[in-house]
Amino acid sequence: MITKRIIPCLDVRDGRVVKGVNFMGLNDVSSPVELASYYSEHGADELVFYDITASAEGRRLFTDILCETARRVFIPLTVGGGINTLDDFDRVLKCGADKVSVNSGALRNPGLIGEAAKRYGNQCVVLSADVKRVDGSFRVFAKGGREDTGREAIEWIRSGVEAGAGEVVVNSIDTDGVRRGFDLELLAAVTDAVSVPVIASGGAGSADDFVTLFKTLPRVDAGLAASVFHFGEIDIPTLKKTLAEADIPMRL
Amino acid sequence: MVGLIDYGVGNLFSLKSSFDAIGQTAVVSGEKAVLEKADKIVLPGVGAFADAAEKLRTAGLDEFLCREAEKGKPILGICLGMQLLFDYSLEYGRHRGLGLLRGVVRPIADVIPAGLKIPHMGWNALNFTQNPTPLFRYIREGDPVYFVHSYYAADCGDRVTATAEYGAPLTAAVSQNNLHGCQFHPEKSGRVGLNILRAFCEENEPC
Repeated sequence: MITKRIIPCLDVRDGRVVKGVNFMGLNDVSSPVELASYYSEHGADELVFYDITASAEGRRLFTDILCETARRVFIPLTVGGGINTLDDFDRVLKCGADKVSVNSGALRNPGLIGEAAKRYGNQCVVLSADVKRVDGSFRVFAKGGREDTGREAIEWIRSGVEAGAGEVVVNSIDTDGVRRGFDLELLAAVTDAVSVPVIASGGAGSADDFVTLFKTLPRVDAGLAASVFHFGEIDIPTLKKTLAEADIPMRL
Repeated sequence: MVGLIDYGVGNLFSLKSSFDAIGQTAVVSGEKAVLEKADKIVLPGVGAFADAAEKLRTAGLDEFLCREAEKGKPILGICLGMQLLFDYSLEYGRHRGLGLLRGVVRPIADVIPAGLKIPHMGWNALNFTQNPTPLFRYIREGDPVYFVHSYYAADCGDRVTATAEYGAPLTAAVSQNNLHGCQFHPEKSGRVGLNILRAFCEENEPC
């Protein structure tokens, strides 16, 4: 049986990991390459690189870093941030990315998902959605969660999957950073709406939050987090052992 | 030297990096003259069967691969590259493969229970069959590898060396003399995957 996936996310700006990390034994704690190979050796099932660079120079650095990482890391690698065109897909796929996640780029140009799926296959296209409750309904936000698009989130995700997205990352702005658990209500609505793999993001504060996630919502395929892993608050091998003991299928 | 066939399909960067990581020289090429000099050949592949088969034929690489296989050169097909080794595929119609291995590529939807997600994507355990393969020399039964596929090789008899359980036992690896195939991605399967590539490199003669 397919195991549930645990995915650390690295935010990269100008070629460096943005949020500080707190690992012993790393020579350079803000080197994405070092951190990625650390995670790869310590139980991560997949990695997400998120480019939050604004400049062209920063983007070039990101691409270099990505190539360097893919040379050393032999687990699936998803890349997001600044993906607006098919050329952007091409740029990161040539550097060893396996999947490309689109967010604001797809909101600006909804045709992007379909075009990319046609060229690279559905399995390569990940729809990432930042979702927040507004007046009692789920809304999609753009630009890193700063801008309300006015779109209903579940419908947006459903249409993205219909257009060809092979996987969905659901990031709850409401639970992000709160560390009291994943947004189960939102995730349940998404897993009811689509049949592709769903990755939960936003809200993990402890190993128990992951147990609750997979126990409550067996149709969620993966849990993604950033700072709780980077700061060593949750150790991935220990987390996976805890999940396996709770009878959740894990790659140990 | 390992020849990685470049016919415009597949993640060659990661594959090349994997061979680098295990200290093996690998060359990425679509040129027969270059690939002919390689001791071993890897046929990668991601995407649609018909499109990939057509690209191989247009480049004349179908006949080349059949000749090399006949000579006894070790060949490893990965993912769609493995599926191309078989007689034909039923992915959107019926499309001819290389016919190097007996078997048919069918939709996994035909054999798995409704409700399971397609593609079969993620880490799954290898269940070895009774049929031996040199590729598993450095790995163990139950080791996890990374899959992404919606079609699988069926009716391939005792060539199946491992399956993965996904509501049904799906063909995960095949071997027949010098021909090998992995439905999963060894280049994305961590140490287990690198150990499979290492075993492939050690078959018969040095790379």
